[in-house]
Amino acid sequence: MDKALVIDVGKCTGCRQCELACSYEHTGTFNPARSRIAVFDFHEKGRFVPYTCTQCDQAWCQQVCPVGAITNEDGVKVVDAATCVGCKVCTIACPFGTVNYEPATGKVIKCDLCGGEPACAAACPTEAIVFTDVSVQGFEKMRAWAEKTDTAPQANA
Amino acid sequence: MHHLIIGAGPAGVRAAETLRKLDGQAKITLIDGEGEAPYSRMAIPYYLSGKIDEQGTWLHRPVDFYAENAIDLVPGRVASVDAGAKTVTLEDGRSLAYDKLLLASGARAVNPPVEGLDGDLVHHCWTIDDARRIAQLAHEGARVVLMGAGFIGSIILESLVARGADLTVVEIEDRMVPRMLDETAGSMLKRWCEKKGVKVLTSTRIGGVYEGGGELNIALSTGEAIKADLLVVAAGVTPNIECMHGTGVESRSGVVVNSRMETSLPDVWAAGDCAEGCDFSTGDLSTLAIQPVAVEQARVAAQNMAGIATEYHCALPMNVLETLGLITTSFGKHDGLQTGERATALDEEQWRYIRLEFHDGKLIGAQTAGHVNMIGCLRGLIQGRMPLGPWKDILLREPHRVAEAYVDLSRGVS
Repeated sequence: MDKALVIDVGKCTGCRQCELACSYEHTGTFNPARSRIAVFDFHEKGRFVPYTCTQCDQAWCQQVCPVGAITNEDGVKVVDAATCVGCKVCTIACPFGTVNYEPATGKVIKCDLCGGEPACAAACPTEAIVFTDVSVQGFEKMRAWAEKTDTAPQANA
Repeated sequence: MHHLIIGAGPAGVRAAETLRKLDGQAKITLIDGEGEAPYSRMAIPYYLSGKIDEQGTWLHRPVDFYAENAIDLVPGRVASVDAGAKTVTLEDGRSLAYDKLLLASGARAVNPPVEGLDGDLVHHCWTIDDARRIAQLAHEGARVVLMGAGFIGSIILESLVARGADLTVVEIEDRMVPRMLDETAGSMLKRWCEKKGVKVLTSTRIGGVYEGGGELNIALSTGEAIKADLLVVAAGVTPNIECMHGTGVESRSGVVVNSRMETSLPDVWAAGDCAEGCDFSTGDLSTLAIQPVAVEQARVAAQNMAGIATEYHCALPMNVLETLGLITTSFGKHDGLQTGERATALDEEQWRYIRLEFHDGKLIGAQTAGHVNMIGCLRGLIQGRMPLGPWKDILLREPHRVAEAYVDLSRGVS
């Protein structure tokens, strides 16, 4: 994966266009509840935080899936809805909370980067969400906090 | 180099895959005790409810995966291990030599000491073969009794209802899933099941099972007796470690492993339901027969077997369960510590409940009913040992804001 969603929370105005775009791309409806990206509103701090899967290397969701329904497509972890049985074990194994069960379909959903053209980034009017080269510093920062979760087996070598 | 893996469940298969990725040349043998295409028990409820066929339970489709990756799948059961000579003997007398051995032999369902559990109308629901037998008997209108409303019992409950069975659940404890849910959540789940037409008898013991005239007569501790066409026993599991007897390996209920999944014997590792390793919540040794732990331990074991020193940071107990549409979860020390603090929020009308347990400014355990959104954050907060700072007081008042707390804390915007 050479490109990733890089989120600059300082630029987010909380317009939630990303949620609508994501929902429309994946379900054909404008329903933020079915979006794979969620905007958190920390209004006391005047801050909005768009939040979604970082396609982490640990791939907790993929590792734990009992039926091989989550595949790694060039770094992007993609749920095959036809194979998913809806057991939800990935939703508790992902320590970031970015795989969710969707009662409407009986399957789990997560960000799949829209096959390489993320609708959220395209819809963001302020470039708070950009789909860009992973070498951009912001992405490393996002990954760094992900590492804070010391659930990861630590390789010493 | 010959890596020999005993057991072809999720732990064994994940270890074999990991070893193949790390070493293209090594010989890898996977011994499959059930002689089936390797599958996941977690998928059995969905097979039973008719949502998937048998192939849908397979860990890899197509099953050619093993041949294509030069993983030698050997059907057979291991009788004994000679860790000195580094050989494994199968029940049919065949002997296999190894350089490195992984015990991933899993667990098996056990019977409580109750008379009459050996008949043809009594089955566990643990293997795919058990599921096939249940599928033959649990037809539309069949009277089915389920012994045990623990995690396994409660997850197959839905499948039995989906098959149209007339179901009665008998549980010794005072609520459903007593080791995962507290009285509030476990009782809520019971009321939910009753609302959906399932009879749930808690604080009730099955005293004896008697077969006659093609049906079962099941005696209960309440003095009543119920007739049934099928009894499904879901009363717990025990690790499969008999093949290690005589090796001198350190064991308790499972084979004891350290943080590298090494057993006390040289060149022998263990992972999954048969292994007893560090429990994140207590710091003690325990066997946590759950899929996430099995596959994570298997990956760590395989990396160490391949010479990449890797540590596993203790297993976190966690479960997710859907019972006739009500989703419940539990994480970590879900019943808390005496010295800790607790927050609960209950909405009986909406069938929603959340309980958080805190200690030392951190989250140490949680359980939920009716919550599905971003539930994995509970694992992140607990296992990441994230200091909650000002969020602790907020969560004590409003525990349902836990995902918000996680995003705020992990994004460093506090």
